[in-house]
Amino acid sequence: MLIRTLPATLLASTVLTTSAFAQEAELIIESWRNDDLAIWQDQIIPAFQAQHPDIKVKFTPSAPAEYNAVLNSKLDAGSAGDIITCRPFDASLALYDNGHLTDLSDLEGMSNFSDVAKSGWSSDDGSATYCVPMASVVHGFIYNKDAFEELGLEEPETVDEFFAVLDAIKEDGGYIPMAMGTNDQWEAATMGYNNIGPNYWKGEEGRNALIAGEQKLTDEQWIAPFRQLARWGEYLGDGFEAQTYPDSQNIFTLGRAAIYPAGSWEVSGFNNLVDFEMGAFPPPVPAEGDTCYISDHTDIGIGMNAATDNPEAAKTFLNWVASPEFATIFANALPGFFPLSSGEVTVEDPLAQEFLSWREECESTIRSTYQILSRGTPNLENDTWNASAAVIKGTETPEDAAQRLQDGLAKWYAPQQ
Amino acid sequence: MATPSGQSKIRWHVVVFLAPAVLVYTAVMIYPLFNTMRLSFFNRIDQERVFVGLDNFRTLFGDAIWSDQFWNALGNNFWFFLIHMLVQNPIGIALAAILSSPRLRFAALYRTAIFVPTILSFVIVGFAWKLILSPIWGIAPDMLDAIGLKFLYAPWLGKEEYALTTLSLVSVWQFVGIPMMLIYAALLSIPEEILEAGECDGITGMAAFWKIKLPLILPSIGIISILTFVANFNAFDLIYAAQGALAGPDFSTDILGTFMYRTFFGFQLQLGDPHMGSAIASAMFLIILVGVCLYLFGIQRRLRTYQF
Repeated sequence: MLIRTLPATLLASTVLTTSAFAQEAELIIESWRNDDLAIWQDQIIPAFQAQHPDIKVKFTPSAPAEYNAVLNSKLDAGSAGDIITCRPFDASLALYDNGHLTDLSDLEGMSNFSDVAKSGWSSDDGSATYCVPMASVVHGFIYNKDAFEELGLEEPETVDEFFAVLDAIKEDGGYIPMAMGTNDQWEAATMGYNNIGPNYWKGEEGRNALIAGEQKLTDEQWIAPFRQLARWGEYLGDGFEAQTYPDSQNIFTLGRAAIYPAGSWEVSGFNNLVDFEMGAFPPPVPAEGDTCYISDHTDIGIGMNAATDNPEAAKTFLNWVASPEFATIFANALPGFFPLSSGEVTVEDPLAQEFLSWREECESTIRSTYQILSRGTPNLENDTWNASAAVIKGTETPEDAAQRLQDGLAKWYAPQQ
Repeated sequence: MATPSGQSKIRWHVVVFLAPAVLVYTAVMIYPLFNTMRLSFFNRIDQERVFVGLDNFRTLFGDAIWSDQFWNALGNNFWFFLIHMLVQNPIGIALAAILSSPRLRFAALYRTAIFVPTILSFVIVGFAWKLILSPIWGIAPDMLDAIGLKFLYAPWLGKEEYALTTLSLVSVWQFVGIPMMLIYAALLSIPEEILEAGECDGITGMAAFWKIKLPLILPSIGIISILTFVANFNAFDLIYAAQGALAGPDFSTDILGTFMYRTFFGFQLQLGDPHMGSAIASAMFLIILVGVCLYLFGIQRRLRTYQF
């Protein structure tokens, strides 16, 4: 009896679910974050569906290195998902310009975000925003608390204190003062120049002035970070010229170095590796009492495929992504990737919370080279990697490096000509 | 019944047997080659692909931003090639000469051991040598220290003046087995009678190598040189695996392959430019073509081959 009814029941249930699907909207999310697949499936999507049982959501990530190419060809072929995870700046701007992303400026949830947060996914004049800002990474310095206690050191607040701390560690000789290499180049620019720089060029003020052509890379506030970088060289370990990014991570997590110029994305990885206590301090300010600025760099956004069949469902979903509820789930699932919404979010991981707390005390900005300025040839971002590494190694003076970057930028960027 | 016209009938079996190779080769080699050249005559202006003639090449050679990088990469490529010619090939010939000596024991073992790196992936070689030479975890500093030569150690891969030479030598280490095997085969094919005849005339030992064997293997050395040339000017993998697409430090290890890759596919915030990339690829093709032609018409035809 049972055997005979089972197929019938199965058949009936298939028919039922199929008809149920027809009423439901199904949203497919394109993403490069395949590391986050479990987090989406176990935490984020169930939380959304608890509120919107009529909208089904599917997270279908591809490999990070292939994402841009895969997404572009899917969009051109019309087979891309409804929701699109957005890379910041030019890659997504090109999608918007080609009509693949919808303008979301009047989405309700957008009011939860500041202009800096939206800058990664706005048209050049700021009139249209086409992705909901999802996460950013904050730059600063992670340090070995045990080492600091052992040597009786405190978190430096000014540049002078910073170098005093480095001198003290170097004098003691038990630790490499700072773990960073120049072999891979990008750390020198990302964790070096763009980490300490905003304190000199006053964050957004300087960045916008540079884009408008009112300041030049050869102005004092843009050379000063190079001058500081030039002093870093002697505090990095022996043979730092050939030290790679994974080398630096290992040196720090093995407890051989005291300070690590960092991005907050390191937090979850480091938590699993270290057996000492870690602390973090924001980039030191030039003089006591100066306002501090941090690089709070926009990294992940999420937008809507203009060709989607379910625009209403997609907007509902994006509105939810813009809500504080999503922000809290996301921030705690991925400590070190911080939600960009202005609403208060608490992160349970203490180190990540430390990074996040700087948003209260300091002004946020993004990496100076990312918006507009790296569109031409020579590419300003790549040149900044090269120049920062050269300055740290001492093969180029800060002034020459700044001059070279300015010349390169002036070559193609009209406001700087 | 055979008719006279049967002789001139198209021999279909020839076509049929050649077809697979010709079709596959055309699809994966000839078509992409010509399509790349075609692509280098276009550019993207306002979202449209436009024919621009030789403009891309004018930019590549006329605009300092591009030409400086191009000449730097070409110069580095020549240095890369020179190291291979001066180190890899002489060592390969010497190893082959030693291996072909009948008195050498364990010859098969040495032959295999020296040839093994050739079949390793570039990624493994690049990564392994990066670790060996690493100032932090590497065994190179410790080994030099053990023999009291620590002062000779430098973070070679991170210094502009040494990085390219170091990587060239790593590549030599990897590929020295190829000339060794080719020369070894050539040496074995030299008939004993010739050597014995030489011995009768009093030419033995080293003199036999210089006066009899070397002239006889010259054609093989020529082939090895041209293979080295083509392989070196197409090189990319080792540099990319060891130093990344920016070919650091400060582009001192940038060769044509990495320059082309960076331009064609883009890097970090630099968006890919298939048209300039194709222009560089075409320039590389022409350089290799000219090199091979110079060799074929200038040298290969003058080499005398001996029939035994």
